[in-house]
Amino acid sequence: MTATIERPSAGASALPPAPTTLTMAGAINAGLRAAMDRDPKVLLMGEDIGALGGVFRVTDGLHKDFGDDRVIDTPLAESGIVGTAIGMAMRGYRSVIEIQFDGFIFPAYDQITTQLAKMHYRSQGQITLPIVIRVPFAGGIGAVEHHSESPEALFAHTAGLRIVSPATPQDAYDLIQQSIACPDPVMFFEPKARYWDKGEVDTSRVTAQLDAADGEAAGTAEMARARVAREGSDLTLVAYGPTVRLALQAAEVAAKDGVDAEVIDLRSISPLDSDAVVRSAKRTGRVVVVHEAPTSFGSGAELSARVTEQAFFHLHAPVLRVGGFHTPYPGATFEHDYLPSLDRVLDAVDRVMQH
Amino acid sequence: MDTTGPLSSDGLVQLLTPSGERIGHEQFDAYASHLTAHDLRAFWRDMTVLRAFDMEATSLQRQGELGLWVQSWGQEAAQIGSGHALREPDFVFPSYREHGVALTRDVDLVEILRIFRGLQHGAWNPADHGFHLYSLVIGTHALHATGYAMAMDRDGLVASGTPAADGAVVAYFGDGATSQGDVSEAMVFAAVNNAPVVFFVQNNQFAISEPATRQSRVPIADRGKGFGIPSVRVDGNDVIASHAVTRWALEHARSGQGPVLIEAFTYRRGAHTTSDDPTRYRSKAQEEYWAERDPIARLDAYLTSTGELTDEFRAQVAAECKALGERTRTTVRSWSKPATATMFDHVYALPHATVEAERAWFERYESSFEDLEAAR
Repeated sequence: MTATIERPSAGASALPPAPTTLTMAGAINAGLRAAMDRDPKVLLMGEDIGALGGVFRVTDGLHKDFGDDRVIDTPLAESGIVGTAIGMAMRGYRSVIEIQFDGFIFPAYDQITTQLAKMHYRSQGQITLPIVIRVPFAGGIGAVEHHSESPEALFAHTAGLRIVSPATPQDAYDLIQQSIACPDPVMFFEPKARYWDKGEVDTSRVTAQLDAADGEAAGTAEMARARVAREGSDLTLVAYGPTVRLALQAAEVAAKDGVDAEVIDLRSISPLDSDAVVRSAKRTGRVVVVHEAPTSFGSGAELSARVTEQAFFHLHAPVLRVGGFHTPYPGATFEHDYLPSLDRVLDAVDRVMQH
Repeated sequence: MDTTGPLSSDGLVQLLTPSGERIGHEQFDAYASHLTAHDLRAFWRDMTVLRAFDMEATSLQRQGELGLWVQSWGQEAAQIGSGHALREPDFVFPSYREHGVALTRDVDLVEILRIFRGLQHGAWNPADHGFHLYSLVIGTHALHATGYAMAMDRDGLVASGTPAADGAVVAYFGDGATSQGDVSEAMVFAAVNNAPVVFFVQNNQFAISEPATRQSRVPIADRGKGFGIPSVRVDGNDVIASHAVTRWALEHARSGQGPVLIEAFTYRRGAHTTSDDPTRYRSKAQEEYWAERDPIARLDAYLTSTGELTDEFRAQVAAECKALGERTRTTVRSWSKPATATMFDHVYALPHATVEAERAWFERYESSFEDLEAAR
């Protein structure tokens, strides 16, 4: 192959007008397209992402418009995808990798944790690896084994990685582009059960941010901040990715019982915007963390520890966690028992409100 | 002694016999014919300096100045011969024993010891030398090399029409690494992308204590065929053959013909590292067998027989080794521990709240002792 990167792109005409209504999958697709238009060094790598458009169709149409050189169907080897993306990044390419399903990321775990995460440190800042790893994650879709897992805490424990997860089409559109512009490796966890949720997306704001001189740094700083999805005064519900919608539903139900819940959408797991949660906890005195991942050693446990360390004398109740159990993700007939449900979140709300 | 499967010496390309006789080879002689007496003396000099440095570093480890040292003793020909086949804009992805290749890429050998004194994990700028940092997780860098080669291709540095401007990548790893999935994946990616990468395996017979028979039942080079990658076995203790074969492989890759697998059949004369004890797993007889096939002695015999290795040149190189030894000792002992808070540097390219908070906490914690001291 004597490829060049000078292939004319589809151009901004293919981008949706702003603002517009998009599904989360559509927002990620539009964000990828915008990033590829912005920087010819941005490449997509993954299994079945070309002609097929990915098993979830998130890269739909991008192969047609950008071609083989920029939308690369790779051999079926996750470690190989991440490892070769590292080598390409050393020559300035910014690969956005699609891992087909959460449970298939583990062949790449070594490359991600021992190489991707550590190269900047090992090289004392001489090598940056601006690679994004997109992972459709979490459950609720009635899938077979390895297709519904939430492994984000395994990566959050490794220094050198940034970890984000959008809960809305707007955040999906913004965060994917901020992740691609970020000089650090970013793991981008996409709640697959939310792919077809629709929302209004302003496509102009992040474009202006990233086109500015300090776009990289501004985008990275914003990416690390949590969002208050609902304001409230009696307790703080903390969620990210797939559980944000659930937390908002719980808040609406609780409101009927006279309980005013604040909902914080973390958006970023590493860094974890615990300051935002601590600020809220100091007002409400009660915190419930909701995620699909097993609660044991999970990001909720970390958040609970930080809230306890920094807001202990403001708390009226212990910080509670609602999440998956310390079992493998069960067969699909059990998944609505395994996953945090509206009832289980409300049960936790009741328990903290008893104090 | 087992000489079967991966330990067989069948089919090795050789241009210099163990006794120092220069012999011909139908395919590869052409890739060594450019070597002048001056070039061969330079090979002898580099191998001699490398070994002297290796022994000096071993002594420093024994004296407690280094936490660990990884010897390249016995593998000088494979490393110096192949390293001198490289040029701009070629790029090397070493494992962690390739001090000889580092030497050919103008990395200051002494600087390598920063890693082994525990000061930092990488001790040179890869971009300045076309020589990546050492990779300690076995085989991981074979994929980085392949990706880098794919990017060189994209950047128009392969089969550009100006052969002198073309480049390729060499990934160095050992017999043990060939069992790693990453190495197989690297060969798959390299083959299907026709990437300009040379996989240079130093089969030094051992992965710490495990003989190559625990990694393969056939010679390592045989593996290339299944991936569709041309492969060659070379006598890795023959610096001329190691050079010639690598030169051929690089031309193959640079000219757009894709990856190559080289198996350099050699022997790790030292221990795996200074923490290892080879007397527990290999025989004196085996070590003596390989001592007779030493790479430096072989070139020495050849150059002596042709009258091209003068006493004056030997004395000059001996003085160079002595000076390097002194500089190594002085420099290593002069390195003090950097400020502790620098361990928080470079975790991320842009600020990360957890690192910043922990750094701030640590600095407050450390300064609290200064306050205590001041109060006394």
